Amino acid sequence: QEHEVEKMFTLKPGRLPQADVKNIIFFVRPKLELMDIITDNVLREDRGRSPQRDFHILFVPRRSLLCEQWLKEQGVLGSFIHREQYSLDLIPFDGDLLSMESESAFKECYLESDQTSLYHAAKGLMTLQALYGTIPQIFGKGECARHVANMMIRMKREFPGSQNSIFPVFDTLLLLDRNVDLLTPLATQLTYEGLIDEIYGIQNTYVKLPPEKFAPKKQGEGGKDLPTEPKKLQLNSAEELYAEIRDKNFNAVGSVLSKKAKIISAAFEERHHAKTVGEIKQFVSQLPHMQAARSSLANHTSIAELIKDITTSEDFFDNLTVEQEFMSGIDTDKVNNYIEDCIAQKHPLIKILRLVCLQSVCNSGLKQKVLDHYKREILQTYGYEHILTLNNLEKAGLLKPQTSGRNNYPTIRKTLRLWMDDVNEQNPNDISYVYSGYAPLSVRLAQLLARPGWRSIEEVLKMLPGPHFEERQQLPTGLQKKRQHGENRVTLVFFLGGVTYAEIAALRFLSQMEDGGTEYVIATTKLINGTSWIKSLMEKLEPAPF
Amino acid sequence: MSRARADEEEYWHSSKFRAFTFDDEDDELSQLKESKRAVNSLRDIVDDDDDDLERVSWSGEPVGSISWSIKETASSSTSSLESRDSSLQKGSSSYAAFPKQVSSYSLSSLFKGFLCVTQFCLSLSALSDTGVKNYAPELRRPKAEYKDYNNDWSPKDTVRRMQRGKVCSLERFRSLQDKLVLLDEAVAGHDGNIITAVLIFLKRTLRREILFRELEVRQVALCHLIHFLKETGEQKLLLDLLRFLDRTEEVALSQYREHLNIQDVEKRREFLKGCIGLPFSAEDTSHIQDHYTLLERQIIIEANDQHLETAGQSEIFRKYPRKASILNMPLVTTLFYSCFYHYTEAEGTFSSPTNLKKTFKIPDKQYVLTALAARAKLRAWDDVDALFTTKNWLGYTKKKAPIGFHRVVEILQRNSAPVQVLQEYVRLVEDVETRLNLATKYKCHDVVIETYRDLKDRIQLTAYKCKVERGSAEEEKINSILSNTVRN
Repeated sequence: QEHEVEKMFTLKPGRLPQADVKNIIFFVRPKLELMDIITDNVLREDRGRSPQRDFHILFVPRRSLLCEQWLKEQGVLGSFIHREQYSLDLIPFDGDLLSMESESAFKECYLESDQTSLYHAAKGLMTLQALYGTIPQIFGKGECARHVANMMIRMKREFPGSQNSIFPVFDTLLLLDRNVDLLTPLATQLTYEGLIDEIYGIQNTYVKLPPEKFAPKKQGEGGKDLPTEPKKLQLNSAEELYAEIRDKNFNAVGSVLSKKAKIISAAFEERHHAKTVGEIKQFVSQLPHMQAARSSLANHTSIAELIKDITTSEDFFDNLTVEQEFMSGIDTDKVNNYIEDCIAQKHPLIKILRLVCLQSVCNSGLKQKVLDHYKREILQTYGYEHILTLNNLEKAGLLKPQTSGRNNYPTIRKTLRLWMDDVNEQNPNDISYVYSGYAPLSVRLAQLLARPGWRSIEEVLKMLPGPHFEERQQLPTGLQKKRQHGENRVTLVFFLGGVTYAEIAALRFLSQMEDGGTEYVIATTKLINGTSWIKSLMEKLEPAPF
Repeated sequence: MSRARADEEEYWHSSKFRAFTFDDEDDELSQLKESKRAVNSLRDIVDDDDDDLERVSWSGEPVGSISWSIKETASSSTSSLESRDSSLQKGSSSYAAFPKQVSSYSLSSLFKGFLCVTQFCLSLSALSDTGVKNYAPELRRPKAEYKDYNNDWSPKDTVRRMQRGKVCSLERFRSLQDKLVLLDEAVAGHDGNIITAVLIFLKRTLRREILFRELEVRQVALCHLIHFLKETGEQKLLLDLLRFLDRTEEVALSQYREHLNIQDVEKRREFLKGCIGLPFSAEDTSHIQDHYTLLERQIIIEANDQHLETAGQSEIFRKYPRKASILNMPLVTTLFYSCFYHYTEAEGTFSSPTNLKKTFKIPDKQYVLTALAARAKLRAWDDVDALFTTKNWLGYTKKKAPIGFHRVVEILQRNSAPVQVLQEYVRLVEDVETRLNLATKYKCHDVVIETYRDLKDRIQLTAYKCKVERGSAEEEKINSILSNTVRN
């Protein structure tokens, strides 16, 4: 939808290609801010246009009565000839990844108790089942997970005819609330893709990078346009090289890149050995592939260099050290010096909030005195109005006083083996490689569910918020799977409230484990990182532009 | 319609591909049949329009047949492709395909396209809170109304129909009992869109006290209403509701939030003053109080300094013109400003740093850091020196810093302090390792040399000789130490 907003901005001044555009379609998320932009567009466009333009509006994924009322109040609803909806619940992002791209889902569920996004999630899952067969087993953990499962069961009951005769692709559905694992997104992701996202922000599989490192390829271009526009790249597994390195720990990326470089230059060298016409022909036929590989390698080498500049910086190291201390349970109950220093130096507020929240989560809440101290420092340095944001974080459970007087985190950490001291970043043997030591709690839950089952961790599950449950959906006898020996089970993991790239990497790692026995497909309400997540919870302090 | 379609097809670069369609949910099929019947029965009532499509949708019945297609073959483009097949009889349907990605397994490609064309939104009149406005779709209303008395849906059916985006007037639900059943059904459906629609209807048709009372026992609906009121900015009703529910802290925060919309500083100050008495938590109350006091101060300082600046009398303002006004800046920024422009003022004035420190109980650490940064920026090294000098009762002076001298060095260095100033503080860094690092980094040769001397590290000292300039005083110093230590 960001893409669409961009388009709307180009619509506004009215310098569209003239005659051939008769219809203007607004393709939008049902959000009031967007309605305001549209209103502005329509009002500006209407005046003095000789060929009258037709406006249409398409809501994704649902028509919103609230938005239509808003448009009506602005007096522009009548300008739209069609108001329709495009029920796109789950958008495929990659071979094994689906996202609803609803960034406010977490905020809506936990701050505003608005479960509409859960309703859409359930709808999306029903569609998925219509396509890929009824999923026989549903597991879940958390309040929202329970809701979604209930809705699915209800929807199924209400449409008794929906029993389809498709052989089920998925064996298990695992629904996980984001608030069961608030910790993971707060930590800095250390996979290649995770770091790209942390540093530059991946938007709908695209990333914008500073252009300096991407020198123009041809000599001729160099003079006339100096690279000032950010370089935009698409990232997905269709790119062979990216598929190989995206989920690796960043420290393991360098060696892969240099190995690839050698292979490619060796391949190019071969032209000298090509003697016969046939050999030359063969070489030439391979050229396009080789050239693509070379440019892909060049791009990723540049990106890796950019990232390396940051990961080798002192501040990145200090930040990471503090994060890792918290996650391994060191000094989580007192005011942290590094955080104080960062506040004093006015580092970005989101960075501070991430760290403070991380500390709070790793300590099952902060001591009242510590919490008050942080709050005061933040408000004095960044402005008192942030009291609203701090309040939101408290409501979401990210930042809270320790009420029970007991810190559950060490127990959870030990039982679920969330902290691994011996990490192998190059050839990982455990999911903890994605955070260089910390194994994401959410993925651990998925892993333990597959083997040996949740019964073994009942105690810990009770410490985590929300109920855990299991449901079964009956299949007609003909469709029940008879499992071949050695055949992998397929589990769909649905993260309600967002998932990080590092968690995805960890699940992919589990899929590829030889003795794993389970493959994972991932669905979520939104791809997030700590920064975008905290941002979604912050109070908007600037008044709307209109 | 057809124009729209042609255009959309262009827009989506529709491509030809093989597709197979799955059966719809049976329910939708039966709905379609129902729809057909309804259309047929309506045909003589509804005026004939240009095409079938329009008519279908006018009846308010579902016109979208859904067809899904999966495409398992690779495609060159990775963006979703979609095309609409206009030849399909019942309304528009959408085909969608997602190209298969290279991935570890093959259940990858999946995409769902679903386009449901309904031309009415839920009876528009039901949504209007402010009376009738004149706009085009209102013209179609009679047909919607016609629909109203033709059907008599139960609350449950109404909600279900609304979930499918169909026209349903809520006006039929007259009694409180009916309305509440409707609301409960909507809540049970979990679709916020519908819940909100029902709430808007209830809000319009119920007395406030009754609405509040009933919502109190319906938490989900309540949350939706609160969210809705926040979004649409109906502050007054929101506050009334929160007050009714006795959620005092929320009332306070919500009211406080309002100040962000007030641009005029005087008005904002007045507003914040009013916020002080609100029932915040104890901790928050003191922050709000501080917020008010700060803005009050800033207004005074701003007026004063603006005057000074335009008068051109004050040297500091002439030398360093202000880049922005101090209004609405955070406390620490204000302190920096005051350390920059008003450092020497007596504690009695509002703009003096010490006064700010006292009023807002700024911790020592914070104060020293800020003052240091401000004075270093002005290159007032004497002030910096004074900041860390303490006299004990015997009159000895001693250097002390609440923040650690390595931090002091960093800040000074960032403000490009000369080596003489810098090395004085590097020398004070207690940890030897850190001291050496800093001294080496910032080329404080004397400190490096002295430290190695104290450590009696001949090897390092000799090695360091190549780092200093040939024939310089530092080199001489190293040489003399090296020859001295032999005697020791």
